[in-house]
Amino acid sequence: MTQPAPGASPAPGAADSGAADSGAASGSGASPDDVLRPHAEQQYAHELALLAEHDDRPRPPGWLLSPWAVTTYLLGGELPDGSEVSPKYIGPRRLVEVAVATLATDRALLLLGVPGTAKTWMSEHLAAAISGDSTLLVQGTAGTPEEAVRYGWNYARLLAEGPSERALVESPLMRAMRRGAVARVEELTRMPGDVQDTLITLLSEKTLPVPELNSEVQARRGFTVIATANDRDRGVNELSSALRRRFNTVVLPLPASEADEVEIVARRVDQLGRALELPEAPAGLEEIRRVVTVFRELRAGVTGDGRTKLKSPSGTLSTAEAISVVTSGLALAAHFGDGVLRAPDVAGGIVGAVVQDPASDRVVWQEYLETVVRERPDWSDFYRACREVS
Amino acid sequence: MTEATANGSGGIAREAARVEVYGIRHHGPGSARAVRRALEEFRPDAVLVEGPPEADAIVDLAADPGMVPPVALLAYAPGEPPAPGEDPASGSDRRAAFWPFAEFSPEWQAVRYALDEGAAVRFCDLPAANQLIPPVPENATGDDLGPAHEGEGDEGIRLDPLGWLARAAGYEDAERWWDDVVEHRDGGPSPFPAIAEAMAELRERVAEQPSSKGLPPGYLLREEQREAAMRRTLRRALKDGFERVAVVCGAWHVPAILAKVPAARDDQVLRGLPKAKVSMTWVPWTHGRLAERSGYGAGVRSPGWYAHLFAAPDRPVERWLTDAAGVLRQEDLHVSSAHVIEAVRLAEALAALRGRPLAGLDEVTEATRAVLCEGADLPVELIRRRMVVGERLGSVPDDTPMVPLQRDLADRQRRLRLAPSADSRDLDLDLRRDVDLARSRLLHRLRLLEVDWGVPAESRGKGTFRETWTLCWRPEFDVELIEASAWGTTVAGASAARACAMAAEAESLAELTAVVERCLLADLDEALPAVMWALADRAALDGDVAHLMDALPALVRALRYGDVRATGTGPLRTVVDGLVVRVCVGLVPASRGLDDDAARDLLGRLDRTHAALALLDDAAHTARWHTTLAALVDRDDLHGLLEGRLTRLLLDAGILPDVPDRMARAVSAGAAPARAAAWVEGFLSEGGLVLVHDDVLLRLVDGWITGLPAEAFTGVLPLLRRAFGEFAVAERRAIGDRVRHLDDAPSAHRADAPIDPVRAAPATATVLRILAPEAKP
Repeated sequence: MTQPAPGASPAPGAADSGAADSGAASGSGASPDDVLRPHAEQQYAHELALLAEHDDRPRPPGWLLSPWAVTTYLLGGELPDGSEVSPKYIGPRRLVEVAVATLATDRALLLLGVPGTAKTWMSEHLAAAISGDSTLLVQGTAGTPEEAVRYGWNYARLLAEGPSERALVESPLMRAMRRGAVARVEELTRMPGDVQDTLITLLSEKTLPVPELNSEVQARRGFTVIATANDRDRGVNELSSALRRRFNTVVLPLPASEADEVEIVARRVDQLGRALELPEAPAGLEEIRRVVTVFRELRAGVTGDGRTKLKSPSGTLSTAEAISVVTSGLALAAHFGDGVLRAPDVAGGIVGAVVQDPASDRVVWQEYLETVVRERPDWSDFYRACREVS
Repeated sequence: MTEATANGSGGIAREAARVEVYGIRHHGPGSARAVRRALEEFRPDAVLVEGPPEADAIVDLAADPGMVPPVALLAYAPGEPPAPGEDPASGSDRRAAFWPFAEFSPEWQAVRYALDEGAAVRFCDLPAANQLIPPVPENATGDDLGPAHEGEGDEGIRLDPLGWLARAAGYEDAERWWDDVVEHRDGGPSPFPAIAEAMAELRERVAEQPSSKGLPPGYLLREEQREAAMRRTLRRALKDGFERVAVVCGAWHVPAILAKVPAARDDQVLRGLPKAKVSMTWVPWTHGRLAERSGYGAGVRSPGWYAHLFAAPDRPVERWLTDAAGVLRQEDLHVSSAHVIEAVRLAEALAALRGRPLAGLDEVTEATRAVLCEGADLPVELIRRRMVVGERLGSVPDDTPMVPLQRDLADRQRRLRLAPSADSRDLDLDLRRDVDLARSRLLHRLRLLEVDWGVPAESRGKGTFRETWTLCWRPEFDVELIEASAWGTTVAGASAARACAMAAEAESLAELTAVVERCLLADLDEALPAVMWALADRAALDGDVAHLMDALPALVRALRYGDVRATGTGPLRTVVDGLVVRVCVGLVPASRGLDDDAARDLLGRLDRTHAALALLDDAAHTARWHTTLAALVDRDDLHGLLEGRLTRLLLDAGILPDVPDRMARAVSAGAAPARAAAWVEGFLSEGGLVLVHDDVLLRLVDGWITGLPAEAFTGVLPLLRRAFGEFAVAERRAIGDRVRHLDDAPSAHRADAPIDPVRAAPATATVLRILAPEAKP
């Protein structure tokens, strides 16, 4: 486990995780205000409650909201009483509809895309809206053991009492099955192949046998799995076709237009700034647009007007990275600058995001700087700032 | 049911007659099914269908087993040759109109029902004779042109009434709304009364603003005429004693047909309309062309999906996804039944989520993408091409009326076993085989008639006896054929007449030689003499050497094709002889005082002419050419580029003794740097490979460069760099290699090494067999 969520992911074999059968996901009791990043269901509890109140459509078994309400939660909209639901995902409506319809047919959903296309973001919000709990999470790494997907043992208890229910340490998936909730698997392709294989029968049989106790866990209705994977990285473990077949696949695209991307960045920066309690600094829309333009142009390998061909750097330059550039820029502006986001605040972040491979990417960046940025009359402040840091 | 006793219209109908009007959407499978069901219930003795009444005579053919939709009714003006100078391919003023029908067209179903049940079928639209002449709006004055800004968007109702209803129902897309309300219905009460009411409502709204803003000119007038014609046909049917009459027409026209308009007024609207002479026939059509806006403006974007909806007896979604899985399996993409099951579930869940009664094409495509294709876009595109559009070509029975030219072509297609198909495919022809030669001639002749059924493709094999074509039959070729029938009654005759006309109209010599070449390819012996005369006349009059030089290669090529194709080329030979002489005479004056660009142009022509003469292989002409070049190369005012090139050509021909001296002279201190550079470029302009393989040339260049004094070398270096810089890297490397070993084995590649006759014997025998098959080795 790289990053244990509060109370959610018991490390296999950890002696003190006897609370596994409690079911509730609020173990360590940190209040939402203290944590660095509250869960979706905590941050948007108000909207979820409103949606549930107005939701008169049929709900699939185990769902807290109807599929229509889940779609509205993700895409935003207005409720009958006039209150507003903020959009969580800005992108094609059909993708969200396919994802929700997939989960409503108790199929597993695989979100595929290059890094930074809001795969994890979407999976968290789907889980929050459907089960009210986005913490039943397995984070896939090269070192994820099979116990993280099935179950482990509390060895102290095992030695003292022999195999028993009390000695069993449940995995997030097992808990999701017991409760009929949505389990999430992050970075599925980073898990070793044999651990992935564990999912195959689990997803088709919807049972998890525990031979040591001569018993099994049968999934309650509402149980399903949302997995995310990125199809660009090298050195990942390709999914077997058997496993692939058990998922409906939705490929999340990079934002289609510059306007969309600017909106995504602006919205997220705003939310993050509030969560991190940065001093109030107006996020200059101009500066955000500039960051997005640089990212889009380098990503596409051609300038916005289609006139100049560019080399593309080795990184993906995702929207998520653009968000982090602007957020860090805001922090700089607030703490060390005059409180307004200016070119020098974002320059360092941009260079860091673009130049991932010190040799080849630096050439790409210098070319871009000298041939494109320099030629734009109203970008001179940005050019100077970038020259200083690179 | 919309029911009217049509007694108010002129008093000719008897009280007992019953009329039902079915408002449909053209090419809507749900409409088709509903019409079929309604007809079976109503059992009419006459069916009136929106379409040109001239087609009444050939409607019986629709019942012929040889008639396979998609087909179209074609109205054309016969016997009018295209005006001279007018490009017949431009469709702007085409005198033809189509009414396409697919299997799932309601009109087609109505026609087939009537023919099967023995009811009379009549077409009730305005006659094609009138429709072929565009209407002239009576008061097309300043009123219509003014920037009148009226009720926002109302003008759109008339063009797209269903789009309006759909928007009223909260749908963005009219197709989708109609799909949900009508096409996807199966069973239940007939939708036609509701449609008629809705249309009546819409028309009332539009009638309040009789504006023609946003409409094509004359649209309203034409619509009035068409609807008057529909009412008149209905009245006549009643007068003829039919008692149960069904009318199948576009939904928009329903209220107009039911309106009580005095017969006299309709007659007045229709009186004195200008008429064209038209002929009607059936032609094969394609699914892709159903969207064509001709006849009536109704198109479909997904004909394959509609065909499926109509053809599938039940469970359309399941069947479609199973078929899609089949298509993917054919491409070796692994798709299991479990995939199909999950895809169906997803499609249905999506439909429910979007509040649609049945999964439509959008939902099915999403399900295909997410489940069957596992998120990949490429296979989705494959499904779209193969299934959603699903290109197919209909066919018409043999006794369909055809112009003689069409018949001749059909006959030839049968004889040469070349069936037309809507999918494009490649055809390899070996011109040494009789059947392939005949096929090639047919395709070349059709191309002369602007029927590009076959388009020559890059030939895969080497050799002049091979031709590769890409064949793809498009329905409009039938129209081209009908238009071309003005030229003649057989493909050969018509194309010969067309070639003669093209020769007479040709503006330049090169155009004319192109016609000659096409005539030879198409083996048009009848046309050749006339075209040759035109060519000889033109060549004699044309004083521009550039034109003559441009003409020569095509003619020489044509002469050589003559050998493979066994065409008589006697007259062509005469023309070529004349051309060569003229070129040789005119070349010297033409190459005087040229600037860089003109010299470069002439260089290209020189090279092409040189190659053409080499191909011609006529000793007298070659000698004449070489003499001309030798005279030219010694002129002082010749451009450097040309002089370099000529030196090289003459060197290759072996008639210039002092090449090393000339090279030294060209780049010596006295020559202007730019001229020297051009000289070197011209000399080496054939590319580096020649230097790699031509040992003599390489030694020559090598000797020249190594012999340069040190100071001169520095001066020449940039020129050399410029000439060699044009070569590919690999070539430069190979040249370097050869130069390095030039001195090691001076005679390794020379032919003076003794030949072992025993080891050479098999090779000699093979070469002999290739060169002279009959000769005994």
